Amino acid sequence: MVYPTTYRYTKDHEWIDVKGDSGTIGLTDYAQCQMGDIVFVELPAVGAILEAEKPLGTVESVKTVNEIYAPVSGEVIEVNGELKDAPEKVNSDPHGQGWLVKVRLKDSAEIAALMDAPAYEAHLSASGKEDSH
Amino acid sequence: MADPVTAKLRKTPLNAVHRALGAKMVDFGGWEMPVEYPSTGGLVAEHKAVRGGVGVFDVSHMGDIRIHARRTSGAALEAVQYITMNDAARLAIGQAQYSAMLYPEGTFVDDVIVHRLGEDDFLLVINAGTREKDINWVRESTKDFDCSVVDLSDSYTQLAIQGPRAVDVVQRLTNANLNKLGNYWFTHGSVCGLENKLIARTGYTGEDGFEIYVPSDPKTSEEVWTKVMYAGREFGIIPCGLGARNTLRLEARLSLYGHEISQSINVWEAGLDRFCKMEKGDFVGRAALESAKAAGLTRTLVGLEMVDRGIARDGYRCCKEGGDVVGVITSGSPSPTLGRNIALAFIPLEMAALGAIVYVDIRGQKSKARVVPTPFYKRARTPAAQTQS
Repeated sequence: MVYPTTYRYTKDHEWIDVKGDSGTIGLTDYAQCQMGDIVFVELPAVGAILEAEKPLGTVESVKTVNEIYAPVSGEVIEVNGELKDAPEKVNSDPHGQGWLVKVRLKDSAEIAALMDAPAYEAHLSASGKEDSH
Repeated sequence: MADPVTAKLRKTPLNAVHRALGAKMVDFGGWEMPVEYPSTGGLVAEHKAVRGGVGVFDVSHMGDIRIHARRTSGAALEAVQYITMNDAARLAIGQAQYSAMLYPEGTFVDDVIVHRLGEDDFLLVINAGTREKDINWVRESTKDFDCSVVDLSDSYTQLAIQGPRAVDVVQRLTNANLNKLGNYWFTHGSVCGLENKLIARTGYTGEDGFEIYVPSDPKTSEEVWTKVMYAGREFGIIPCGLGARNTLRLEARLSLYGHEISQSINVWEAGLDRFCKMEKGDFVGRAALESAKAAGLTRTLVGLEMVDRGIARDGYRCCKEGGDVVGVITSGSPSPTLGRNIALAFIPLEMAALGAIVYVDIRGQKSKARVVPTPFYKRARTPAAQTQS
């Protein structure tokens, strides 16, 4: 799968799509592949305050519980309610309909610390992960 | 996410096959094993293949111990009777039974399948993670018996072909008449052109199925794997990993060492009474079990089904509504067959009534669960299948 070039990525395999002062956060294709069949997603409520690199919620596959980390600090302004009944969207469309939360950014400078798509792909290759699909 | 495989791990003869299939490999008790095969559908697809059709598991990591008499007739039977809790004297030649080896405290060294190969000749199939411990324990515990203990663990590639269509697949690979082979019976027959190989109607999935034992050299192992996959094509066979093996066995309420059974859990607590034959004579652990029974049980293993949202996972605490911790989840998972979240848990006897409500601490949140009957899933028995003793 192609990693969208307009997104930014973390080493923990989250992405954020920044538009103006807000950003949409999700899991990368690599992350959902590693987890396998996703059956449960636990997300913060609207209004919750996120801190960069701190847990924002959990995504569970049949086999594992995976903590999701906030790529940036900010306030949750929307959560993807469809995942409550259709968590498998994180598997089928991780970079689109499988998004997790939208946040209002606290400090847009935090974005600069994240990887762009080529850097993220290089990160996957460097850790021997490109053949893990 | 599961830790990637890093440490120096043991590999089965089919390791290269799993890698070529793109399996996700994990460390399982010191073995590098496939947990699922994403390219053919992944865990849930594998689980459903076994419930509805057929799947194949590489279980070559399992250990195998042969115990046979030297000069004294009956010595192997006596030894097996002494080190296992089920009654091996009830086995006919060609029959197998679920059993366990116990510590003197009545707790578990391991659970085993005992196969009676001959009048005084037995094969014990044991868990991978406890192989060395088991073999040492068997050697130590049988040293007063005139029998030999042989570790055959590295001699076999063991495949488990499981599911309602397993019989159709395996019948294509052997001249043995599988319709005459009851549940928990075994035979020796041709397997993929190899003569005199062990074929057992056993498994760990709660489904009909077979386990076949072939020589462990990689070439033979890969040929047999390929022939099994080819024979299973029209029945939709797919390779299955440890992930599906776990959800399948959990639905069937089959114990997993380190979870439902361990060195700190006794037979009564584990609810394995029907496989423990106190009247057969002395065996390791018997006296302690006698005392434990007289003292009475304090905790018991129950099935739980989540009422609230959330999945109870291994090691999570069970508590009362007020928050007092009263027990622990031994295994928990979404059930692919039932579409509900299920678990096994140790809780106090007085809280274990069917329908009782227990709370599970899911990462700080008290989530409601209900005590339900087990097994969670029971297959419809075919007329050919017999109940194990």
